[in-house]
Amino acid sequence: MRNDLVLRVIGRLMIPSILLFALYVQFHGDFGPGGGFQAGVIVAAGIVFYALIYGVTATRRLVPDSVVETMVAAGVLIYAGVGLAGLLLGGHYLDYSVLGHDPVHGQHRGIFWVEVGVATTVCGVMLKIFYMFTSRGNSED
Amino acid sequence: MSLAQHLPALQVVLPLISAPLAVLSRRAGLAFLIVTAAAWTAFAIAIALWLQVDLSGPVSYPIGNWEPPWGIEYRLDRLNSFMLVLVSGMAAIVLPYSRASIEREIPQESHYLFYAMLGLCLTGLLGMSITGDAFNLFVFLEISSLSTYVLIAMGRDRRALTAAYQYLIMGSIGATFIVIGIGFLYLMTGTLNLADMVDRVARIENSRPGLAALAFITVGVSLKVALAPLHQWLPNAYTYAPSSVSAFLAATATKVALYALIRFYFTVFGDAFLFEKLPLPKMMLVLSLFAMFFANFIAIFQDNLKRLFAYSSIGQIGYITLGLSFDSVDGVAASIMHLFNHGVAKGAIFLLIGAIVARLTTRQAAPPAPGFDRIAGLAKSMPWTCFGIVIGGLSLIGVPGTAGFISKWYLVLAAVDKGQWWLVGAILFSSLLAVAYVWRFVEAAYFRAPPAGREAFGEASLFLLIPAWLLVGATLWFGIDTSFTVGSAIEAAQQLVHSHQ
Repeated sequence: MRNDLVLRVIGRLMIPSILLFALYVQFHGDFGPGGGFQAGVIVAAGIVFYALIYGVTATRRLVPDSVVETMVAAGVLIYAGVGLAGLLLGGHYLDYSVLGHDPVHGQHRGIFWVEVGVATTVCGVMLKIFYMFTSRGNSED
Repeated sequence: MSLAQHLPALQVVLPLISAPLAVLSRRAGLAFLIVTAAAWTAFAIAIALWLQVDLSGPVSYPIGNWEPPWGIEYRLDRLNSFMLVLVSGMAAIVLPYSRASIEREIPQESHYLFYAMLGLCLTGLLGMSITGDAFNLFVFLEISSLSTYVLIAMGRDRRALTAAYQYLIMGSIGATFIVIGIGFLYLMTGTLNLADMVDRVARIENSRPGLAALAFITVGVSLKVALAPLHQWLPNAYTYAPSSVSAFLAATATKVALYALIRFYFTVFGDAFLFEKLPLPKMMLVLSLFAMFFANFIAIFQDNLKRLFAYSSIGQIGYITLGLSFDSVDGVAASIMHLFNHGVAKGAIFLLIGAIVARLTTRQAAPPAPGFDRIAGLAKSMPWTCFGIVIGGLSLIGVPGTAGFISKWYLVLAAVDKGQWWLVGAILFSSLLAVAYVWRFVEAAYFRAPPAGREAFGEASLFLLIPAWLLVGATLWFGIDTSFTVGSAIEAAQQLVHSHQ
């Protein structure tokens, strides 16, 4: 479908705004609806949209499988790492209060990184599932 | 704060971190080292925690420094510190075994994912055991279940996929029931902390939502326990999973689910309500007897060794629930002991069957089913493997000198204590069924001539044999020195039984 002018123009317009909106959802999660899970899904949706227009092969060049797999693992590590950081700085596991110079700042910082971890893993898992479904029937059988 | 204070969190976090690290390493060797190191550390932590509970009583750890009952609490008492030792100990033994065992069972390129999944499964089971929060328990149940489905599907037999799918459906129904039950409890009590629930449950126990919560949790957990007649997923799952996975699951997964059942029954709802006001003891008694006779009977007629011992597992679960149904210190202690003793013996048996499968596998073909015609006369070429299975089998029967005898002895004592002499007969008679299926193995391996045309092969590799024999040794050890198992089980039972009065 990459030769379809309408789709290409819409795609060029939409994909950056989808990604931008994902960032808004990500960082606004502290104060309003949103957060890492939703943001991760929105980023993945943007990339899936790209794949619908330009094909899976082009998408796999853009976001290779190794990157996707790293994202899946890295998100969990970031989350667990925040917990361990709290532990190493003298608090309990996942204690955000010790992460900043005062507890409020620490709570902010803690939830920020936890949400980054969640977004990374969710986005990675969404793309992994998408890749696995689209590659069925091509490589095997 | 010293590190020792954080052991309850590290118990779960270290295996959790090992899984993504294994994925990032992308190499089988490195992934193996990472997850094995995590499992061994977890085992060391579990022993340290057990000692801590033994010396100074229950341990509580507030996650994120949110005081219970508001935050998630990790709470250790006699019962779950004992479970942690079993789960992490089995992982510490199964992991080194896996290295050699999955060589021909799983394609080389997904070995690192196998280790990551095993790490996650261990995380889930340890988390279920250690947490004092009902919803957290559900989350860890899902972590362990989802990784289990993947592990089973990794088996090379194509039927592994359908087995995993069947377990996925049944397991998801079970998990849904559990979360509905927990939801009802939360609705009625306003708390998710298990210890905090205790006082409030008394006020709702006669209400309809309270009973519904109990029913949902009972059915949901029983599905995960594979309590007959909810056991349909188990035989296929154990039969077609990779050998090391069968051993790990048989020794830990159903046992941790049983722990959850004990936790909900005795700690949260309280036995005074469940066993005196509701017809629960009768129901559990009937289901236990059904499992003991029906599953053990079916086991006799199986032709595949793995499937035979899978059915035997369902039968053995019947003994554990039978002990619970007595609602006495002896009975519950017998159940907790049998959790451990059966886990160790069944783990040993499945590891040794894995060694047989590895020997029977040729490089090209998928692993053959360890059927009785294939293992005929095997004792001559694999004496240690076969002898190990026989010892494990003796423990399943409950022969003195093995761990299985100890737990069955306490079970019989509990039956006598209740004046239920006919149950003593039932326990003995169902053990005879175990004699029958273990004898089938002995007869095939020791007295039949090897089939013509089978290539001669030697004993299993030491990488497989040493971990398996560690468990066989443990089966014998805990049959003689019972201070750890009986001591822990009786003290745990004393904390549990009639704890609400």
